[in-house]
Amino acid sequence: MTHFLDAGLGLKPQHYDAALACSTAGLWFEVHPENYMVAGGPRLAWLEAIRSKHPVSLHGVALSLAADAEPDARHLKRLADLARRIEPAIISEHLAWSTWRGAYHPDLLPFPRTTEALARIADNVSRTQDALQRRIAIENPSHYLKLDGHEWNETEFLQELARRTGCGLLLDVNNVHVSACNMGYSAEDYLDAFPVNAVMEIHLAGHAPDPNLGDALLVDSHDAPVAPAVWALYERLIRRIGARPTLIERDDNLPAFDVLLAERDRAAAVLRDQLAEAA
Amino acid sequence: MIDVLAPATLLSRFQDDFAHALLATDDAVSPALATLTAQPAFAIYRNTVMKGCIDALQGNYPAVTRLVGDEWLRAAAAVYTRDALPAQPMLLEYGADFADFLARFEPAAELPYLPGVARLDRLWTEAHAAASEESLDPAAVRQLASGNFFRARLQPHAAARWAWFSDAPIYTIWSRNRSDAVFDGDIDWQPEGALLTRPQDSVQWCALDRAGCAFLDACAAGGSLADAAKAALAVQPDADLGHLMASLLEAGAFSRLDLNN
Repeated sequence: MTHFLDAGLGLKPQHYDAALACSTAGLWFEVHPENYMVAGGPRLAWLEAIRSKHPVSLHGVALSLAADAEPDARHLKRLADLARRIEPAIISEHLAWSTWRGAYHPDLLPFPRTTEALARIADNVSRTQDALQRRIAIENPSHYLKLDGHEWNETEFLQELARRTGCGLLLDVNNVHVSACNMGYSAEDYLDAFPVNAVMEIHLAGHAPDPNLGDALLVDSHDAPVAPAVWALYERLIRRIGARPTLIERDDNLPAFDVLLAERDRAAAVLRDQLAEAA
Repeated sequence: MIDVLAPATLLSRFQDDFAHALLATDDAVSPALATLTAQPAFAIYRNTVMKGCIDALQGNYPAVTRLVGDEWLRAAAAVYTRDALPAQPMLLEYGADFADFLARFEPAAELPYLPGVARLDRLWTEAHAAASEESLDPAAVRQLASGNFFRARLQPHAAARWAWFSDAPIYTIWSRNRSDAVFDGDIDWQPEGALLTRPQDSVQWCALDRAGCAFLDACAAGGSLADAAKAALAVQPDADLGHLMASLLEAGAFSRLDLNN
């Protein structure tokens, strides 16, 4: 099952009706699978209705692949059951942890990129791909903290993870921009070093300055339009690596569906121009 | 649980310390984490974890929130969260015992109806997320041969939920606060019950008397219609069983009728 995906949108319940009615060619939607892990009822019915008209991707936030523990077998089964039902175009997760010793922390938490951590995460990704019987994409996180003990830089860590497990990568350009600003490195250099051959999907989103520290600390807040600096990084990236499925994420301060669709159309135009140039 | 046979890895120790520091005050965090919690950015993780849990509780308890206001609810939710992070990541399930928490939460003592309202919010969530199945066609019961009637069993629908509140008009308080509509009529302070069902995949609700709750309890326990009728009449001798059954069937409270013992 392969779909040609160009530009898509993160889907929120407030936009179900508009999303269902929308017939834009190439449009696809992404949801967090955890919100649809129910026995039945209207949530699943909505998602199945959307899926009957558009490709859907599942973007997990809770497998906790960077925890020093195997992924929760019950959670993996719920994800596999949902994937069977929805037949998603892409399944993705994060290079982060959230569940630890039986408690779920609703966030994407950081860790020192050590060789020991790499071995554990590679094992967790492989277990996940075995359970789902498919390749998944792993997303680069946003960084806020200066952490001691990194033995790997992130691009090489992700490259090695992809090499060991065969997984794909989800390149979040907003996370690159936010992390580069917060950690004090060049976003362009990071992107130039990223193992782009493994990229299955790109994310674009908005960020916000920290309420106390301002522009010295950017937060990956998903509550604003994609920033001009992130669009510039994205356009430069696509010119270099070619078109890849691209998704606009928006979780908070939600505008009308048409406003998001216009942002999505801008990404679609970047992809179209690249395809025309490559042809 | 830490496996005592295996030495803790660096990653495990980091995650133990980090998880603890998310909810601890700075003076209580592990020395190994002090360089992290000293950074202003650590507050982003603390805030995101707390906000995610509190938002989930507020979303799961809309009638409670409307009664007490956002500020009160979020303060109570913060106390709940510090004691019990989600045990799994489907946040629709988070706070399943929030009603019990409110019943022993000192600042809620002046609002004795709050735990009951929370219980109905929780039953709404359960009805919303329950497995899908068809409701029983009322004709199936009407067509029962009279000889079979009392030994037949009615299976409650997977999404049907009901509760009896013996000391307060919880259903009226809850239903008036489950929407944005404004009600200004007085409330009769009397016992009340509620029935939530999900015909056509959307949760609906109505008042249910004590006989109705007892009837459904008996059906859920596997009792026959004779058992259910007896249970209903035991708690409410003047109950109109014909009317009761018709309204339960109409609401979609059942999924199946079994004649096999």
